[in-house]
Amino acid sequence: MLTRARRRSGAWLYVFPAGILLIAFLLYPVVRTLWLSFFGGTGFNPTEFVGLDNYIRLLTNDRLFLKLDELPPSGAMINSVLWIVLFTSGSLGIGMFVAVLADRVRYEPIVKAVIFLPMVISATAAAVIFRFVYSPDRTIGVLNAVLTGIFPNLEPIPWLGRISLVNYAVIGAGIWIFTGLAMVVLSAAYKTLDKEVLEAAHVDGASEWQTLWRVSVPMMAQPIAFVAIYLVITSLKMIDLVLVMTNGGPRAASRIIGFTFYLEVFNNGLVGYGSAVAIILLILMTPLIIIQIRRVRAEQALR
Amino acid sequence: MTTQARRSTGVATRLVEATNRGLLHIVLVGIGLLWLVPTVGLFVTSWRTRPDIAASGWWTALFQFRYTVENYSEVLAARNFGDGFINSFIISIPSTVFPILIGALAAYALAWLKFRGRDALFLIVIALLVVPLQTTWVPVLQMFNLFNLTGTFTGIWLAHTAYGLPFAIFLLRNFFVGLPKELFDSAKIDGASDLGIFFRIVVPLSVPAIASLAIFQFTWVWNDLLNALIFLQDPAKYPLTRSIQNLLGEFGSEWHLLAAGAFVTMSMPLLVFFALQRYFVHGITAGAVKG
Repeated sequence: MLTRARRRSGAWLYVFPAGILLIAFLLYPVVRTLWLSFFGGTGFNPTEFVGLDNYIRLLTNDRLFLKLDELPPSGAMINSVLWIVLFTSGSLGIGMFVAVLADRVRYEPIVKAVIFLPMVISATAAAVIFRFVYSPDRTIGVLNAVLTGIFPNLEPIPWLGRISLVNYAVIGAGIWIFTGLAMVVLSAAYKTLDKEVLEAAHVDGASEWQTLWRVSVPMMAQPIAFVAIYLVITSLKMIDLVLVMTNGGPRAASRIIGFTFYLEVFNNGLVGYGSAVAIILLILMTPLIIIQIRRVRAEQALR
Repeated sequence: MTTQARRSTGVATRLVEATNRGLLHIVLVGIGLLWLVPTVGLFVTSWRTRPDIAASGWWTALFQFRYTVENYSEVLAARNFGDGFINSFIISIPSTVFPILIGALAAYALAWLKFRGRDALFLIVIALLVVPLQTTWVPVLQMFNLFNLTGTFTGIWLAHTAYGLPFAIFLLRNFFVGLPKELFDSAKIDGASDLGIFFRIVVPLSVPAIASLAIFQFTWVWNDLLNALIFLQDPAKYPLTRSIQNLLGEFGSEWHLLAAGAFVTMSMPLLVFFALQRYFVHGITAGAVKG
């Protein structure tokens, strides 16, 4: 039999390769990014220490990041808030709707496969698909074709070319992609519900709608919260969909926080400034990370 | 209640039910079509000639069988999508194998070997699951520049391996923990070493979990644009996602090439999805904990 000491060092050998990679690519870089966020100037290895200047400028003097002195407020932060609210509720709502309805039909697997399909392809491909859908070109954009078909006097709308519309249009594409994920998780949860409870609500005279809101939704609170957190995290970090669909434009109207990092660092060469954006992103996500850890720990305790 | 009244309420209820049923089908099929139309539009467009695309919408072309393979041959031959396809494989395969191998070893130790700091280590892994990559890219790129790894396949393999590890460890550890303890005890009595137990018992019993993870990681890497953009600054090594983005920059209005190119990119994940749907959905839903 092995001695305790040998067993212990042996175990560390298994963890060693993973540990080195996690430290080099995740733990150390986060600390280094925090350090870099206190530096100004261009160039990939900034040397000019500016303290908290990047943060102060981002939050008070960068109209493309946060502009509060005019109504309605605008900037990447505000666009991200819209993402969090609309993208999360949209994906969650439609996902729940489909999960509950599809449960009653025989072609459920087909409906679910169709809704899930966008989760499979890259955000790059989805962005190209929606550049087609939203195009104001009469022979390309199917959305405008439908709208002008219904309202013949309507001029085709440049969904991605109009400042007031573009953020909502990109959010729409986001919902198209992520509804499938919400649907699959919620459908699995819905199928484990005790159908007798739902029956009982029915017998007591509750309508379908009441049963859904008063019985099913409360019973599914956990998976719903889980999907909601995942969607909020996704919307905060989002880069590629915005990058390929609009590149943040027109006139910065579709910039969001995660994308702003990419733009400042890799387009504008502002490494310190972009690092400050990344740290703000991390700070905004910290409560979600803590909830996530608590949730997983609670699950582990049940094992 | 008289018999007649009862019969009439029966008819009314059935009528309401039938209407509801009809409405249910209309709503579900409607949503399904809404979700399908964008992809179908791209697909149809990719088979149409350039003048046709300029002359009429794809929705008028559904039953007008004038299709061509030219867009695909041009994209594959002249626009480097053939090379992009190969590069996507060169990037994706090691980036799938390494994190699973390294992650499985760590997951095994976290699940079944006793050592100090084990629980703390697992908590760190869970926290790293959701760390935004934005907070890591700049220092990693600086490190790559220092070691001449920027623009090399080795560099992007390392990055994808490290970024894929937290999820690989998380998923496999949770699966390994559920294996029956008796197997380990009897193997130890038979004198098997820890490594022997890992390769002869844990891995063979974990094939479904490993398959889900492999499919998830492969698709994730295949669909990745950002890491390729940041770490592979060499056009000869660009994967398909990067080729698409290039096409968009240069030829924003060459719809026929964009459509075909996008479909080439999508072909691999779609193939994997339809062939292995069960594993796929399991991997992605488990992956919902990954940010």
